Amino acid sequence: KEQRKENHKSVAGGMKNTAALILLFLFSQVVLKIIKHYQEEGQGSEVVQGVLLGLVVDDRLEITNCFPFPQHTEDDADFDEVQYQMEMMRSLRHVNIDHLHVGWYQSTYYGSFVSRALLDSQFSYQHAIEESVVLIYDPIKTAQGSLSLKAYRLTPKLMEICKEKDFTPEGLKKANIGFEHMFEEVPIVIKNSHLINVLLWELEDKSTVADKHELLNLSSSNHLEKSLQLLMDRVDDMSQDIVKYNTYSRNLSKQQQQKHQYLQRRQQENAQRQSRGEPPLPEEDINKMFKPPQPPPRMDTLLIAGQINNYCQNVKEFTSQNLGKLFMAEALQGHN
Amino acid sequence: MGCLSAHGTSAAVVCVVGLKSQSGVSMGSSGRSSFTVLPSLLRLRERCATTLYSLKPVSRGGTGSSSLSCLLKVTDFVAGLEKALLTSLYSGSTDQLTALRLRLLGLLRGSDVSRILIRSGICTEPFGTLLLAVPSSKMSVFGPVVKIHPVVLASICDSYERRNEGASRVIGTLLGTIDKHSIEVTNCFSVPHNESEDEVAVDMEFAKNMYELHKRVSPTEVIIGWYATGFDITEHSVLIHEYYSREASNPIHLTADTALQSGKMNIRAYVSAQMGVPGKTVGVMFTPLTVKYVYYDTERIGVDLLQRTRVTPSRTKGLTSDLSQVAGSAARIQDMLTTVLAYIEDVLSGKVTADNSVGRFLMDLVNKVPTISAEDFENMLNSNINDLLMVTYLSNLTQAQIALNEKLVLL
Repeated sequence: KEQRKENHKSVAGGMKNTAALILLFLFSQVVLKIIKHYQEEGQGSEVVQGVLLGLVVDDRLEITNCFPFPQHTEDDADFDEVQYQMEMMRSLRHVNIDHLHVGWYQSTYYGSFVSRALLDSQFSYQHAIEESVVLIYDPIKTAQGSLSLKAYRLTPKLMEICKEKDFTPEGLKKANIGFEHMFEEVPIVIKNSHLINVLLWELEDKSTVADKHELLNLSSSNHLEKSLQLLMDRVDDMSQDIVKYNTYSRNLSKQQQQKHQYLQRRQQENAQRQSRGEPPLPEEDINKMFKPPQPPPRMDTLLIAGQINNYCQNVKEFTSQNLGKLFMAEALQGHN
Repeated sequence: MGCLSAHGTSAAVVCVVGLKSQSGVSMGSSGRSSFTVLPSLLRLRERCATTLYSLKPVSRGGTGSSSLSCLLKVTDFVAGLEKALLTSLYSGSTDQLTALRLRLLGLLRGSDVSRILIRSGICTEPFGTLLLAVPSSKMSVFGPVVKIHPVVLASICDSYERRNEGASRVIGTLLGTIDKHSIEVTNCFSVPHNESEDEVAVDMEFAKNMYELHKRVSPTEVIIGWYATGFDITEHSVLIHEYYSREASNPIHLTADTALQSGKMNIRAYVSAQMGVPGKTVGVMFTPLTVKYVYYDTERIGVDLLQRTRVTPSRTKGLTSDLSQVAGSAARIQDMLTTVLAYIEDVLSGKVTADNSVGRFLMDLVNKVPTISAEDFENMLNSNINDLLMVTYLSNLTQAQIALNEKLVLL
């Protein structure tokens, strides 16, 4: 494993430090494998995960293969995972498959993937390998008609913050990071070799199945309902967080006032005592008396805000598509 | 001659090429195949003639005899092509070979109308039977049907591209599920092996290991057979098949011709059967099975996107989003409609004889648009649009809200 890290570091060192990935090349078998994995093992709101393998070429990341992770059903999941991964990579190396670990993929339920777990995982990946991405596959959106795969990385700013683990309000203010700057999206391009091209021609010849025009399906209320429900939950979380923060800041300011008052009283007393000729009262440790309240960690708020943003984007995309479809239906009726 | 005979030509060529490769494959290396091919061409002609007579009721009107003659012309043409192919194989001139291959491929891509009409699901019946009639009557239906997912084929192609120096073919294990009447192949992995003239070595440990790992992810998949790239079945294949019969009962053997020796990637499946004189020399014969491609819904959509990478010269395609997807889908439907309209124009102007089943499908198509009173439709449309607009407004509002919150915190 050390040698692998060395390999990665040398590869990463060859690139610029900020590792600005312009493009992501995705090979077809990866797409098909991810789709198959979710279809077979991940019904419902279970999340399926797996590892992406590939190469870094100039400023592009080429993902050439992938393998899935088993579900966490046993208790000793951790140990199994690492061993499973090592075995898989070793075996794949024998058959000349790129064994460079370049990222991981995860399926998502209606777009809710901005969570602490994802952040931590992606941070550890990106810390080890500069160019790693997380590929989010949305099966529900895909079933509605168009393949939905998005690749994300953490911005350098967020990497800094995670490194220092400083999630207090002051720390975040220093970094000046907003929820929009948490993840950056890398555009994906699907690439095929010539042989796969021939295969695709074959498939088209042999399978005379009708084109699925799922995309032009008019029913939208189900999807809208679910999305709005999730959005409302998140907004509730957000408001709770805001309330917490408000109470904290109010407590803080109250405490400041109390401290101030105490100091003033002390000074007055001391002045009085001095005027009477008595020794002044000792200066007590103010900090021990007024313990500052704990600032709530702001990371969760940031994540929730990011998630809400994501939901809103998805909903807007969905509604714009549906508006287009509705206008098409109107045109059809108009000519009838 | 119009649309019906145009696709008749392509159908004929498909079946002819399919037959040729079928008969050439069963035994022997390429050296011996020339002897088996030439007599089979004569059989081809008979076959085409007989099938066309059986297809006559479908192609209405007086097109029977005319398409028969055109079919015979086609068989002559293809026979000529085959001869040229064989001579160039012997003489070893690869340029001629590739040129011929490309010509054959070009023929196969002909006839847009039939393809589009089938793909749009408007009429699968008449054209479908023409295209599929001959190959299925020739292919053996012994044994279960093999259903392959495209992910398996993509993996096979990929492992072929990554093979070691000097290896002429790649083998691997097939995983899947067995049903009563069909075998569904859903996954595969390649196994390293060494093959030379007299011996073959397969890394069995590796295969077992990989299978264990795969089983942890999808416990329902079992070993159902193995695959090999390449055109023929060699003696080594028999040995490997024997090994796999220890792992799975009655394994299937899949060949995928990734070297494109016959201009197509022939993907075929076989089961082994004992043959010979009992008590004396017993041999193994590989009997072919029917191969079908199945997709999950999401796979179908994924494959559709992948198909669109064929057209760009750099074989790449970005993922579009938003309204452009709807626009793309609408454009495709528009294309299909123009083709259908062109066909209708042809029929109306008398260039093509009308086919009743196509007409019935067209009636279905037109009647599918529901007739709703204008007022009701207006109401429905407006309420839907209002819902969508409201949701858009709410989400914009939420986004503005969280942005504000952020700014306030940073103050």
